Amino acid sequence: MDFVGRRKVWFLISGILIISGIISILLTGMNVGIDFKGGTILHYDIGENFDNSQVRHILNQFDLKDNEVKKAGEDKQEVIIRTRVLSQSEKAEIFNAFKAKWPNTQSIRMEEVDPIIGGELRNAALVALVIAAIGMIIYITLRFEFKFAVTAIIAVLHDALVVLSFFALLKIPVNAPFVAAILTVIGYSINDTIVVYDRIRENLKLMHRASLENIVNSSIIQTLTRSINTSLTTLIVITILYILGGETIKDFALALIVGILAGTYSSIFIASPLWVMWKKTERGIL
Amino acid sequence: MNTKNILKLLIILTMIAALGYVSINGLKIGEYKVIPVKEGINLGLDLQGGVYVLLEAQENEGQTVTNEKMMGAVEVIRGRVDELGVAEPIIARQGEKRIRVELPGVKDTEKALSIIGQTASLRFVGPDKSVVLTGNDVKDARAIYGPNNEPMVSLKLNPEGKDKFAEATEKFLGQRIAIYLDERIISAPVVESVITAGEAVIEGLPNIDKAGELAMLIRAGALPVDLTIKEIRAVGPSLGADSLERSLNAGQIGLILVLLYMIAYYRLPGLIANFALILYIIIVLMIFVGLRATLTLPGVAGLILSIGMAVDANVIIFERIKEELKNGKTLRASIDSGFARAFRAILDANVTTLIAAGVLFYLGSGPIRGFAVTLSIGILVSMFTAIVVTKYMLKLLVNAKIATNIKLYGA
Repeated sequence: MDFVGRRKVWFLISGILIISGIISILLTGMNVGIDFKGGTILHYDIGENFDNSQVRHILNQFDLKDNEVKKAGEDKQEVIIRTRVLSQSEKAEIFNAFKAKWPNTQSIRMEEVDPIIGGELRNAALVALVIAAIGMIIYITLRFEFKFAVTAIIAVLHDALVVLSFFALLKIPVNAPFVAAILTVIGYSINDTIVVYDRIRENLKLMHRASLENIVNSSIIQTLTRSINTSLTTLIVITILYILGGETIKDFALALIVGILAGTYSSIFIASPLWVMWKKTERGIL
Repeated sequence: MNTKNILKLLIILTMIAALGYVSINGLKIGEYKVIPVKEGINLGLDLQGGVYVLLEAQENEGQTVTNEKMMGAVEVIRGRVDELGVAEPIIARQGEKRIRVELPGVKDTEKALSIIGQTASLRFVGPDKSVVLTGNDVKDARAIYGPNNEPMVSLKLNPEGKDKFAEATEKFLGQRIAIYLDERIISAPVVESVITAGEAVIEGLPNIDKAGELAMLIRAGALPVDLTIKEIRAVGPSLGADSLERSLNAGQIGLILVLLYMIAYYRLPGLIANFALILYIIIVLMIFVGLRATLTLPGVAGLILSIGMAVDANVIIFERIKEELKNGKTLRASIDSGFARAFRAILDANVTTLIAAGVLFYLGSGPIRGFAVTLSIGILVSMFTAIVVTKYMLKLLVNAKIATNIKLYGA
């Protein structure tokens, strides 16, 4: 199979995915969660059936018009409200108002993040990622070569963007668990790419007469069973976690599923063809 | 057949099985007791429920935040938390101006929040509305019984407070000094004598419980710095526990499927890898217990990734062994060269990931750190189990000559 020769097809597929994600972000924005933006999440178990409009009616009394109201729980008797940062007394009053309307109301979760903290978390994560990328580039350059390092990082970036696009398109809120998921995807993707590159490194010596395309194509085929088996076993665990796991873990598992698929795809269809393209400029035959 | 190798292999397999049994069920021999791993691991608030609060000290005019004040504030909060009676609270400085409070398993989140989040300012106000003392002047407040067995609160003032109070009690002798917590008057005792010793009592309390409560409020109000809440997370224990229980079940089912897949695809080596994988999970969890680490959701992410990498290491090795077998090498030679060839890929992939994990650990905070820790532990252990344990067991198996058909090795 000609993985390298059809690279335009693969690049196009990834490009469409990522660009549609970016367009979606530009048009409607990311659904940035309170972890990054600041705000409050109130999660009540109302204990009986209710309408979102009733909830909004109560919130309107507190001058909270611009907020998100979502039903949750197995019986749809829970409500999750996302809104701005509230004062202690506001929170107490809102809770009391719910209690007055639905006496069995219980608060089962409350999260509140100051906008400054949210911004700090985002910046710290970004700085850490940039430095981690530099560290990885240095190591891969030492063990392989610079071109392997850069293309591996591009593949990682690709996977992160795919997951981000996916979240943007589906309007899933981006919160702290999302960062953990992105980090996991990055770890997975780099691991996956290195194994393919290791084979290319080996075959460069064994097949020194063959063309780069041939070397890379056979390296990919030789590692394909491994790529499939590893992705499959990891996906089994995460898919079950998605289906059976608790409410708090669902979005996280979903991000991992998308990311691992992207990670496997990018090692084969993005990183390796990119490396061939770049490598050929060295010999002046692009 | 080679009994010595078979015996060795059986001993290893039995040991892993026994370790697995003990980590799930615990062990009790006389006085000596090993608790199940599940009970030994601290779970983060996102997994088991509880209250998390991040407080930040405010710089007010003429009031700088010093290290001393922050340490004092931590102590005050520790005191407040102790009043709540939480089993294993975490009260820690975070950076220069922040204090992190974690109260695992707290059920009454409202109460916990109101006590920790009490950013109250304590003021003693004279009849002319002048502020006599503030919380900064009070060193300690305790509920005590007076000479006639009546409940009261005794106050100890610091040197500054002592002077101010002596002056004020002289000025307002016979009048009332009101004690405000925020905008609420919590007591308004009459000054009966000039107090110069830096100690005072508040009388007129209905019972010792009320006295205790007032003392606590005063201590709580005596924060050396103003703290504001920057982040609160209160997860009801039912939600956390439910989520954890379901996720644990899901994890178990997922793991069993992976083990089955490994056997189906890689046959005998797959079975060996499964034992190595189980050993890997036991070691990682034991390190967790040993480090007293707290497992959070991002930590779980790190674990899943490292399990994936542990499986991957075995898959890489077995694929290589299969290739060598197809090239016509003997079983022993295939295993040796398969491991040798796989080693470089495993090493480079893991070291690269380890570098990233190390950077995330040093630069990251909170959730990112948790991820980095579980990932790093997982990578190191997975390299050990895949390269050392799997290899050793496979060699014993081959040397035992009980399974010589290369079909059993997936070829």
